[in-house]
Amino acid sequence: MRPLTLQRLFLQCSLLAVVLFVVVVIALKLGAVPVSLYGLGRDLISVLLHQTKALTSDYGMIVIEIRLPRILLAIVVGASLSVAGTSYQALLRNPLADPYVLGVSMGAALGAILALIAEPHLALPVWLATLFTPLGAFLGAAATVAAVYFLGRREGQIDSGTLLLAGIISSSFLSAIIMFLLTTLTGHDFRGMVFWLMGDLSTSLQSSLRWVLGVGFLVATGAIYTTASDLNLLLAGEKEAMHLGVDVRRVRLVVYIAASILTGLAVSVSGAIGYVGLLVPHVMRLLFGSDHRILLPTAAFGGAIAVVIADTLARTVVAPSELPVGAMTALVGAPLFIYLLRRRIA
Amino acid sequence: MSSPAHSSSAWPNLGDAPRAGSEVRLSVEQVSYAYSANPTQAPLFTLEANSFQARPGEIVAILGPNASGKSTLLKIIAGALEPLSGRVLLDGFVTHTLAPRARAQRIAMVQQESPLLFPSRAWEFVLQGRHPYGRSLRFESENDVIIARNALAQVGADHLSDRWMSEISGGEKQRVILARALSQQPLLLLLDEPTLHLDIGAQVDLLATLHRLAAENRYTVVVVTHELNLAAEYADQVVLLQKGKSLRVGSPASVYQRDLLEQVFHTPLTVEQGPNGRPRVNLLPSS
Repeated sequence: MRPLTLQRLFLQCSLLAVVLFVVVVIALKLGAVPVSLYGLGRDLISVLLHQTKALTSDYGMIVIEIRLPRILLAIVVGASLSVAGTSYQALLRNPLADPYVLGVSMGAALGAILALIAEPHLALPVWLATLFTPLGAFLGAAATVAAVYFLGRREGQIDSGTLLLAGIISSSFLSAIIMFLLTTLTGHDFRGMVFWLMGDLSTSLQSSLRWVLGVGFLVATGAIYTTASDLNLLLAGEKEAMHLGVDVRRVRLVVYIAASILTGLAVSVSGAIGYVGLLVPHVMRLLFGSDHRILLPTAAFGGAIAVVIADTLARTVVAPSELPVGAMTALVGAPLFIYLLRRRIA
Repeated sequence: MSSPAHSSSAWPNLGDAPRAGSEVRLSVEQVSYAYSANPTQAPLFTLEANSFQARPGEIVAILGPNASGKSTLLKIIAGALEPLSGRVLLDGFVTHTLAPRARAQRIAMVQQESPLLFPSRAWEFVLQGRHPYGRSLRFESENDVIIARNALAQVGADHLSDRWMSEISGGEKQRVILARALSQQPLLLLLDEPTLHLDIGAQVDLLATLHRLAAENRYTVVVVTHELNLAAEYADQVVLLQKGKSLRVGSPASVYQRDLLEQVFHTPLTVEQGPNGRPRVNLLPSS
C-alpha cells in the first residue's frame, strides 16, 4: 500500500512546473521575429523589476507585450479546459467526456455571442459590461451540460453512448444557431468570429477581463479540488459513493457549477479549443494514476503545457500567417479520441 | 441505551431470543414504503410495515422472491431511503436522518458493484472505506493504512493488496469489497445479494467469513439473499418477505415451514432438519 502523500503531490507538481517553465521560455523565443535567449532573459528580468523602459531590443516589445500575455492566456485557458474535462469525466462517469465533445464549448460560445449582441442594447454599468460575455458563456455552458445530462439518461442511469450522442447532437445544433446568428447579423466581424469559434488566443484582453479570468480560474479550480477525494468515490458509482459518506448532491452541484465557470471563461476569451479537456486528463492518468487529488493539479499543468505548445505551433508553422489553435489541438486530438474510443470498445 | 422496541407489542415473531445479555443495536420499527411513477397515481409497489430487531454479533437474513421488497427494505435500513412511515434506529440514531459522513461511519453497504471506469488496485479500493473519517483534502494516515491492511487480512485477502481490481476473480473481488466495508469500522454491515455470481465454494466461504466477522467484531449483519440453505445455516434470524409483506420473522427453524415456503416461492419443496438442528430445503423437481 502506497497511499498518496503531500510530498509526492508536491514533487510531481514541481516537476510539471519545471516542464511548463521550459515550454514557456521556448514559446517566448519562437516566432516570426527571432529573439536570443540572452535578450529574452534580460527583458524578462527588467519586466519583473518594473523597469519596462529599460527594454533593450526593439523586439523586447514584441516579446513582452504580445507573446507573453498570449502565453499566459494559453496557460490559464489550457488549465481551465483540462480541469473542466477531468471534472466532467468524473461527474458524468464517462472517460470520453470533455467540454468540446459534450457540446458545452458550443453552448458557451452561443452564450457569449448572445451576450455580445445584447450588450450594446443594455445600459450596463462598466463592471458588469466586462463580466457580461463571460457570464453569458457560463450560462450557456451550464445550460448545455444540464441538457446533455438529461438527454444522456436512460431509465434513470447515465448511459455513456447516449450521453456522447446527446453531446454531439447538441454541439451541431448549437453551432448551426451560431452560424445563423453570425450570417444574419451585420456590423460584426464575421471572419474574426469564425476564427474565434475555432479556438483563437490572439485577441488581447482588457486588463479587467484578465482579472476576471485569473480569479475565476483559481476560485473554480479550488472549489473542484475540495471535492477531489469525493470524486474518486463518485467514479466508483453514485450508490457506492453515498454509502461511503459522500454528499453526492453537494459534490455534483459544486463540480457542475465550477466546471461550467471554467469552460465559460475559457470559451469567452479563446473560443472552442477542442480535445484538451479530453486528451490531457488521460495522459495524466497514465502518468500519475487516477486519484483526483493528484490528477486535478497535474491535469491543470498538463493542459497549460499542451495549449502553450499548440498555440506556439499554430503561430509558427505557417508564419507569418496563423492557424487557429483549435485546429492544432483537433489535428492531434481527433485521432487520439478515436483510439481511446476503440480501445474502450475492445 | 433506550430501546423503545421492548415496550411495543409489534413483534409477533421475535424468534428464540438469540444470544441473551446484549442490548438491541438495530431496531426496525414498522417501516413502510411506496414506489409510484408519479404522486397522483396509485403506488406501483408497496412495502408494508416491517419490524424486527437485531443485537451485536447477530446475522439477519432477508429472504423472499424477486420483487418482494428485500432490497427496498435494505435501503431503508441503510438510511438511503426515507421510509413512508416508521423508522430504523441504530444505537438510538434514526438512520435516514444521519448526515452521509456520520452514516458511513456506522453503516457499511456491500452491493453489486458498478463497473470501474479507471483501473484501481485492491489496496486503493479498500482505503476508500476510510473516506468517512477524513476531511475532504486529507491524505490517508498511517492509522488508515493499518486499518485497511487489517481489513484485508480479516477477509483473507492480504495477498490481493497489489492486484488490479479488474484482474481478480469474482470471489476475490467480493472479498476486497467486503474488506472496504470493514475498513469503515461499521456497527452495521449490510449486504445486498453478496453471493450473486459466485460459485458454490465462494458462496459458502463468504457466508462463513461473515459469520466469523460478526462474532469477532460484534457487527450486526443484515444480508439479502436468495440462498435459502446458506441463510438457514448461518443466520440467527430470518425475515421472510412476500409482495412487500413480512410474513414471518424468527429463527430459521421457525420460519422454514414447508407450506409457507412452497406458497411464497411457488415451487414444491421439502424441509428437513440438518445434523446441526438447522433446517434444510430440498427442491422437488416437478414432473
